[in-house]
Amino acid sequence: MLSQIAFFGALETGLIYGLVAFGIYLSFRVLDFPDLTVDGSFPLGAAVAAVLILGGWNPWLATLMAIFAGMAAGAVTALLNVKLNILNLLASILTMIALYSVNLRIMGSPNLALLGETTVVTWWEDLFSPQNYYMAPVALFTVVAVVMLVLLWRFMKSEIGLSMRATGANARMARAQGIATGGMIVLGVALSNGLVGMAGALFAQSQGAADVTMGVGVIVIGLASLIGGEALVTPRTVIRALIAAVVGAIVYRLAIAFALNADVLGLQAQDLNLITAILVTLAIVLPGFRTKLQARMTRNKAQG
Amino acid sequence: MAKIFLRILASALLLTGFGLAQAEEGKTVAITQIVEHPALDAVHQGVKDELAEQGYEEGRNLTLMHESAQGNTAIAAQIARKFAGEQPDAIVAIATPSAQTMAAATRRLPVVFSAVTDPVGAKLVESLEAPGANITGVSDMLPISRHLDMVLRVVPDAKRIGTVYNPGEANAVALVDLLEDVLEERGLTLEKAAATKTSEVLGAARSLAGKVDAIYLTTDNTVISAAEAVVSVGERAQIPVFAADTATVERGAVAAMGFDYYDLGRQTGAMVARILEGADPAQVPVETVEKLDLFVNPAAAERMGVTLSDELISEATEVVGNE
Repeated sequence: MLSQIAFFGALETGLIYGLVAFGIYLSFRVLDFPDLTVDGSFPLGAAVAAVLILGGWNPWLATLMAIFAGMAAGAVTALLNVKLNILNLLASILTMIALYSVNLRIMGSPNLALLGETTVVTWWEDLFSPQNYYMAPVALFTVVAVVMLVLLWRFMKSEIGLSMRATGANARMARAQGIATGGMIVLGVALSNGLVGMAGALFAQSQGAADVTMGVGVIVIGLASLIGGEALVTPRTVIRALIAAVVGAIVYRLAIAFALNADVLGLQAQDLNLITAILVTLAIVLPGFRTKLQARMTRNKAQG
Repeated sequence: MAKIFLRILASALLLTGFGLAQAEEGKTVAITQIVEHPALDAVHQGVKDELAEQGYEEGRNLTLMHESAQGNTAIAAQIARKFAGEQPDAIVAIATPSAQTMAAATRRLPVVFSAVTDPVGAKLVESLEAPGANITGVSDMLPISRHLDMVLRVVPDAKRIGTVYNPGEANAVALVDLLEDVLEERGLTLEKAAATKTSEVLGAARSLAGKVDAIYLTTDNTVISAAEAVVSVGERAQIPVFAADTATVERGAVAAMGFDYYDLGRQTGAMVARILEGADPAQVPVETVEKLDLFVNPAAAERMGVTLSDELISEATEVVGNE
């Protein structure tokens, strides 16, 4: 039902959006900071990487610059919140709309093509035979996702990471312990958007173009991935939460791939958003249902 | 209307001959579209209608798949992968982002793009004449050369053509560069006048007075917003003003040629049919829109000191000012 190319395509996009889910985990879950900047920092990363690659830069160096650009965008949002006391949601919306103009300025046109340029994927393609070209990006992005997962996990267990988690859990308590909570918010939101900028840079390279409109809905997809992942992998520990994020992103993409193949059920292209909404709703409802079911089963066992 | 019908009939007769030979085999065509939008939907409809016209009927000998990414690039990427996996006989990609994701997903399956303005800039093809890979298509770039033919039919001895443009608008700059090349090929010269905002359009148009034989305006948003200023200069200095978009004719330009996205779709469908019959996309040149709608305004022509031939008026799809 699902062709191999479509399946690997879903994995590829899922792994890239796994980085977005990591970023959203940092802002929404760790810091409790609803951050919509990502809709702007995703195309920002793509724009910076595309301009630099077209300027002859090494694609990995260009991706690194995209991370820095994303971090700067996140820092702006956090500073608007911490220093100017603008409500976090509003601060992120302000940065997001400003980034639209910034991205157009960086790119100089609404679309920059990268087809045929040397990107991070090019080197990996030589490892696979031409028939299996579609596996190369999956291999690369698996490595990237695992590396980022390990780095984030180590970071969360470091002193700074623990301070950041304390800031999100109880800011007053954290301040009482001598943690500079403002600084933690700036650092956390910057890291979060750095990850999203990286995802944007990698997505542009795998899809052959950076486009100003590619940020539309990144926040919704990222949140849906995160919530879906948490439903599948209960996030009891940091490592489980991070695994949940990337698993959720992949499952979300597989669900869309299946939705695209659901012609047999009489579904059509325009039903896609509805199917997505139903899947996300199920993902949100199911964990509660599961605990209820477990509770009933234990009760039954106790009775029996 | 009769003429259009005859033309369709002629092309249908010409091509169904080939189409029927393979009719019983059944072909699969997949259409990927970035977003639902009146112009893009019209392209989709045009492709479908033209394929039917050429003997590929949905449900009988044609399986048609259609997916819209609903404006989301990531979904466009997944649609591209889905089509790459299902290996249809031809893929139609409507608008630049869909075409680019399709190009990234397959290097083998034939892809026909439509409604892409700059296929070379979007890195879809190596050149317009010889695309070189598995991708070709129909561009919605303005057919400047044919616009120029129109200008020269009204002002046959024109040597210098003037244009007003906004150097800050990327699209406009690209069009003016193209215009300059086309004029140079024909031994004509281009006189450019820059206006960075609407309030500067009048001054820029005035600077052309006495220097040019005709004024041609591209689809420059800044200039078209203030088209009346250019028209007033044209009337006072007796320089005929032409435009690339038909709406400007109603605002006082002499003539313009526009196109319909449905016809662009029909043309794309014809190209798809050729690919289905075995043409190699690498060698099928990129086309620009063929069927153009001519709008003329005889009263405006008179005010600018030129007369439109009856022949030109009879060819027009619409004669403005003739109720």
